[in-house]
Amino acid sequence: MGEFKVHRVRFFGYMPSGIRCMSFNERAERLALGRLDGTLEIFNFKDSFYQEKVIPGNDSRSVEAVCWVAERLFTAGLNGEITEYDLENLCPKYSLDAFGGPIWTVACNAQGTHLAVGCEDGSIKLFEILPEKIRFERNLDRQKGRVLSLSWHESGTRIAAGMLDMIRIFDVQSGELCTCLMLVDRGVSGMRNHECVVWCVAFLSDLTVISTDSSGKVQVWNAAMGILSSTHLVSKSDVLSLAVSKDESSFVVGTSEGTVVQFQFLANILGGDEKAWVRTKTFKPHTHDVRALAEIGTAVVSGGLDTQLVVRPLLDKVDIMSYDNVLHKIHFPHRSLVSCAQKAGMLLFQFPAQLEVWRLGESEGRKPGDTLFVKKNPEKLLQLKRKGEDHISCSAISPCGGWLAYSTVSSLRVYRLQCDEHVSISKVGGLCHCSSTRAPRTALLHFDSLSLLSAWCCSFANVFKSHPVCLCLLFPGAQCISHHILLLSSPFPFQPHCTVPIYGSCPTAMGIHPTSNNLLMVHADRQIFEYSIVEKQYTDWSRRVQREGLHKLWLERDTPVTHVTFNPRNAAQFMLHDTYMFCIIDQSLPLPDNKCQFYNQITLKSLSEQERLSHAHAFKMCTKYQHLLFLGLLDDESLVVVQRPLTDIASQLPAPVRLKKFAT
Amino acid sequence: MVASAEVRVARCGGSRINFIEPIITLDSRFLLCASGDAVHVYSTSTEERVHVLQGHVDLVTGLRLNSSNHLQVYSCSLDGTVKLWDFTDGILIKTYIVGHKIFSLYVSKFHEGTVFIILPMESSANTEAFQLVALHLPKTTGPEVEARDILSVLRDVSPIPKATSFGRGGEFVASASGLQLSVYFFRKQKTYRFSLKANDKKGARNRFTCVASHPNDDCIATGHEDGKIRLWRNFSQKKEYTYSTEHWHHSAVNALHFTPEGTELLSGGVESVLVLWRYGAGSKKDFVPRLGSAIEHISVSPDGSLYCTSHKDNKIVVMKSSRDISAIIQGLVKGETIRTDLLIDPRTKALVCNGKPGHLQFFSLRHDKQLYNLDIVQQEYIHEAGLHQCEVTKAAIDAQGSWLATVEERQENPEELDIILKLWAYDESTQSFHLNTSISMAHEGQISAMCFSGDAEATMLVTTGRDGHFKAWLLADHPDAQGEGASWSCDYVGSYHRREPTRCCFSADGSLLAVGFGEVVTVWSPSTWELLVTFSQPPGDIRDLCFGRLSCSKYLLGTTTKNLLCCWNLLTCSLEWSSTVDVILLQPDPLSENMAAFSRASGSTDLFVFKPSEPRPLFSQKAVCSGTVRRAVFAPREEVLEGCDESTQWLSCSRLYFLTEHMELMTFSTKSEEDQIIASSKQLVIDDSVAVTPFYLLLGKHRKSQRETQDSVSSHTAARIQLPQGSPAIRELLHTPAHVLPSASFLCNMFVNSLLISKSGVREDGRCREEEMGSEEEEEAEEQESEGEMEASVSAQGPAVQGFQTEPTPQLSKAQERELRKLQKADFSWLSSLLDS
Repeated sequence: MGEFKVHRVRFFGYMPSGIRCMSFNERAERLALGRLDGTLEIFNFKDSFYQEKVIPGNDSRSVEAVCWVAERLFTAGLNGEITEYDLENLCPKYSLDAFGGPIWTVACNAQGTHLAVGCEDGSIKLFEILPEKIRFERNLDRQKGRVLSLSWHESGTRIAAGMLDMIRIFDVQSGELCTCLMLVDRGVSGMRNHECVVWCVAFLSDLTVISTDSSGKVQVWNAAMGILSSTHLVSKSDVLSLAVSKDESSFVVGTSEGTVVQFQFLANILGGDEKAWVRTKTFKPHTHDVRALAEIGTAVVSGGLDTQLVVRPLLDKVDIMSYDNVLHKIHFPHRSLVSCAQKAGMLLFQFPAQLEVWRLGESEGRKPGDTLFVKKNPEKLLQLKRKGEDHISCSAISPCGGWLAYSTVSSLRVYRLQCDEHVSISKVGGLCHCSSTRAPRTALLHFDSLSLLSAWCCSFANVFKSHPVCLCLLFPGAQCISHHILLLSSPFPFQPHCTVPIYGSCPTAMGIHPTSNNLLMVHADRQIFEYSIVEKQYTDWSRRVQREGLHKLWLERDTPVTHVTFNPRNAAQFMLHDTYMFCIIDQSLPLPDNKCQFYNQITLKSLSEQERLSHAHAFKMCTKYQHLLFLGLLDDESLVVVQRPLTDIASQLPAPVRLKKFAT
Repeated sequence: MVASAEVRVARCGGSRINFIEPIITLDSRFLLCASGDAVHVYSTSTEERVHVLQGHVDLVTGLRLNSSNHLQVYSCSLDGTVKLWDFTDGILIKTYIVGHKIFSLYVSKFHEGTVFIILPMESSANTEAFQLVALHLPKTTGPEVEARDILSVLRDVSPIPKATSFGRGGEFVASASGLQLSVYFFRKQKTYRFSLKANDKKGARNRFTCVASHPNDDCIATGHEDGKIRLWRNFSQKKEYTYSTEHWHHSAVNALHFTPEGTELLSGGVESVLVLWRYGAGSKKDFVPRLGSAIEHISVSPDGSLYCTSHKDNKIVVMKSSRDISAIIQGLVKGETIRTDLLIDPRTKALVCNGKPGHLQFFSLRHDKQLYNLDIVQQEYIHEAGLHQCEVTKAAIDAQGSWLATVEERQENPEELDIILKLWAYDESTQSFHLNTSISMAHEGQISAMCFSGDAEATMLVTTGRDGHFKAWLLADHPDAQGEGASWSCDYVGSYHRREPTRCCFSADGSLLAVGFGEVVTVWSPSTWELLVTFSQPPGDIRDLCFGRLSCSKYLLGTTTKNLLCCWNLLTCSLEWSSTVDVILLQPDPLSENMAAFSRASGSTDLFVFKPSEPRPLFSQKAVCSGTVRRAVFAPREEVLEGCDESTQWLSCSRLYFLTEHMELMTFSTKSEEDQIIASSKQLVIDDSVAVTPFYLLLGKHRKSQRETQDSVSSHTAARIQLPQGSPAIRELLHTPAHVLPSASFLCNMFVNSLLISKSGVREDGRCREEEMGSEEEEEAEEQESEGEMEASVSAQGPAVQGFQTEPTPQLSKAQERELRKLQKADFSWLSSLLDS
């Protein structure tokens, strides 16, 4: 199988940004997630929770609230603008200033005709949703104090607004304040002189209003009468988020202690009519503020300042236990932030605001299983800050280490990098013809060491408008892009070579074999395909895989495969990695069936040479390196493993809300 | 009266009163709890024991109020019977024979004529499996009924009573066992089972410990091993059931109970804090802290005015709903081990032994009640696992009961040993012991034995230590310590060939001291400290030593570790006899020559009672209990038991108590004794199902006054003309509000009666009856004297019977009435003679 010298890289200081808001589109089963740095991410819940699209953020834009209107996505932020996004090209379509100061919340009515935004100056502004754009319609009665949360009644005639110390209900037709005005108690005596912030409201169809506030209360109001029906003290600090299930039989709230509390509308007597909201389950999926929550029927999705997205299944709503309804935690982006110059032994790390180039260290001694002595420490060669306000969306380094490129939503920059004695960098101009027509989109850049820059997928935008490009790579003489995988022939200008048959799940990693020119694809549902570019059909091995099926444990893995590497020494071997393992697949060995042991390394070790052969199968897993961000092979046949331990991320987070723990 | 006197091992007082949940009666006046084979009825206000319901022959395991008649109570026992009692009078009404061991009993208001019991599963060989069954109680008459109509409700339940609970309106029953909660709906006849994982990543221990059901809502509360309380709802769904979790207790929740209104949930555990959770208000809670010991059970009175907690130290605390503690009923405190010997305090005749940590308890065996606790260690007890505590390891009381010696020990590691010998003087004025002398490190090693001399003039204490010495301590005045009175000091230190003394014993008159050094017994004269003689019977070290008493005082008895019981004659200084018995405990009777020896034989213990002078044992019984006997003591009787034949003669002036391996206090009782108890309990006549209304009180007072008249007449003190005695009755009549008065026709009769001058003579035909009444009344009077505070409803029992005989009581069947009448007619004249004596 092979022994590798492993460069274990733990100096990539990747720090994801906290989650600010989320919105779930039930029809498309997609979750839009806004982060504190303004990045928008779209997860496809149909497709193994794959992070389908990422719209990089911008320093001048913040995302305070996100809202789906049918298939359209709107956000509003503290810059006072409402933004609609182009989900094809992964960029903002247009922005509209609401002229009400910072916007705290945005809500769409059930009919999908109007958008309401709550502003800092206390106004609630209604926007009419037109195809292609939105238009300001009118203001509701302006009140004093900021509007922090909004919720439409199902009928679309009323709207509840959570403000400071009170909840107001407006009549949408007249724009007037309804008679009912609910004052929120400020809570415990020590907090009396602080304003109580109503962080979230939800207007149910039976005219019940649920509110969560900064004094730790969840309150259920009767809006018809304007009275409080029950109060639940959930936390000692803020209750920041609220999500109601579609059938309005339960809701969840998230607190700043990191807990998520479920409430259910239950009958006091089994089968009786008299029902009450009862606090039922408490989860603690997070360590910090739970800023965003969504209930998606069978699960609760939560996100917060500790940057992870947690999908927690509600087991009572689940009929069959399967892969889709176990606990998921998504820590890392489902794309590679690291690129590797194989020949030069350099790594390029991508941050939203900068790029870093590191040279790997050297070691001495060669004893299997040992930690080798580091002769030369890795060194940081370069830190390149981006230009402009847009965050970096992708980056690449050439295998020889001499070229470097990154792109943002608006521009592409290419640099020549020389690092002999002194590190020097110079911008390469003359690329403007590529970026002239349309704003560039997310793409992976790949360098060929011979030609300067072979491909930039954006240039095909006009050709394949309907299919956004997720991945792109290059092999001598061909170019391929996905989502619907298309092969292009080189040299420039590219022509379509052929289209790989469409598969229902998104490809997460692709690679073209250096010798056989087979295209290897791994999809979000962890299926593996191999496509012969020359013959324009699936290879025999790929057909065998489909016929025999993959092992159950392989299909149940939690995180998608993000990178494919080929072993230059052995043409039959390639390597895949996800967050928790890497795997060497040997195409010459038989595939494991469901009966055989999948993780068999230890068993194999104990067997004799002959028996070992009979037990061996194509998958060789290694789970030694956890929290993998990247795995690649250098030309000197050593492995580079880039790890980012979660404890390192946690240590960089602000201190969580202090909780008294028993016996401490 | 003399019955065939058989001797039986019986549970006597000092049983666990915290074994099952106590219950409070509907009017909150009485508290019922199981204690060994009996059910005790306590008054909730005075803590006094009102009745003992005796009749079961094995441990009582369940106790519930009869839901159709709140003055009756069902009890079940391991002897396979369910008994129905009238607890106000302490009368057994009915016995239902089930024929299997019953582990728990439940009564549901909505299942008339049925009780629910937990039985072992018959079919399977597995004795660990239990089932909850519905037992239909047959309506046939007669005091003993076979009840075989059993319907299985739930299988595989836990035998622990608090793990099962009946829900709102008796519609369902919830039972937890291990990690599973089963809910059975009676209407749908369907069982739902919910399982929890044994533990999760955070190390939660999810095993169920107890279950309680909300009285009005469909909500089940369950307690868990890790201290969590789960509130289950929607449990009629296989999947959509839900629960919320509350966590305050740091270790297992021992007891859970809802208040009758369902507004509060009470929970308790080892923290000795009663937690009151506000129902429906999340984690809002109140606490009643410092209850002294771990809470085992919680119960609430049916009107919600009293809470009651059972504690691990055999204590029941009754508190009002305002959380003021109103009564504490303390039983014999029993820990896991007992370090001291069982002693009898000569003054109070109370049993003295280890009680609470660092205390000695004085427990009256006769009244089955703790008299007081003596704090020996006088240090704060810190409850913490693995902490080395100061323990009272030895105690001795001198023959007059004026001196108490205690030894306390604390050993953190083998090198550091703390020993304090304390001597306590009895203070007549405060009626308790006061510390006189405290001697730290009285010996270099552990103190292995301690005894007082029987000499009345100069009390001497001898201690033997592991350091190879025995020391004699005498009370002496110190010239330098002024004003402090006499204190104890060491008088003599003796040793013998550097051997380690193990036992010491004074002869009855205090003239001889025997000290066992390994396998050698040395006899010393305490007056001169001269070694008189040595005995040795190798091999085997001396385990027990004691001198004979009274006529056998010339004998010295000893047991060795090598299964030898020896008797030495002190006059001839030779071995009189010896026998090979593995005696683990030798106990002399202070009032007779008898000696009791417990010997071990294949997993159980045998008892021999013998006189040193006679070769044949007076009494022997095989297998008095399983396992070994830890401690034993002879306690003198209050009065000499009469009518004993030869084999029970040894029980006539004192009783033998012993502690078994499981810390159960047992005694020997003769048949004649039991007969007496049963006879005395039967004499009470029933009928107190009349509610205590103002009218009833009025009538009762009136009758009482009438009876006083009769009394005065029958005692022939004065034959003068009676004044109209009705005036108080009339006053009562006039002062009672009109709406509670009975009909005028009834009152008229009474009114006229009260004005009539009652005839002193008794009708001829009623003589027999009158006599009977007389005896009863006398007894009544006695009762009144003793229980002066008892309310009129109790004291007026006798006349009430007379007055209400014409009214058929609703609860009693015809046959029962007949039975009662028969009882009434029975001749109880012998009783009066008994009472006179």
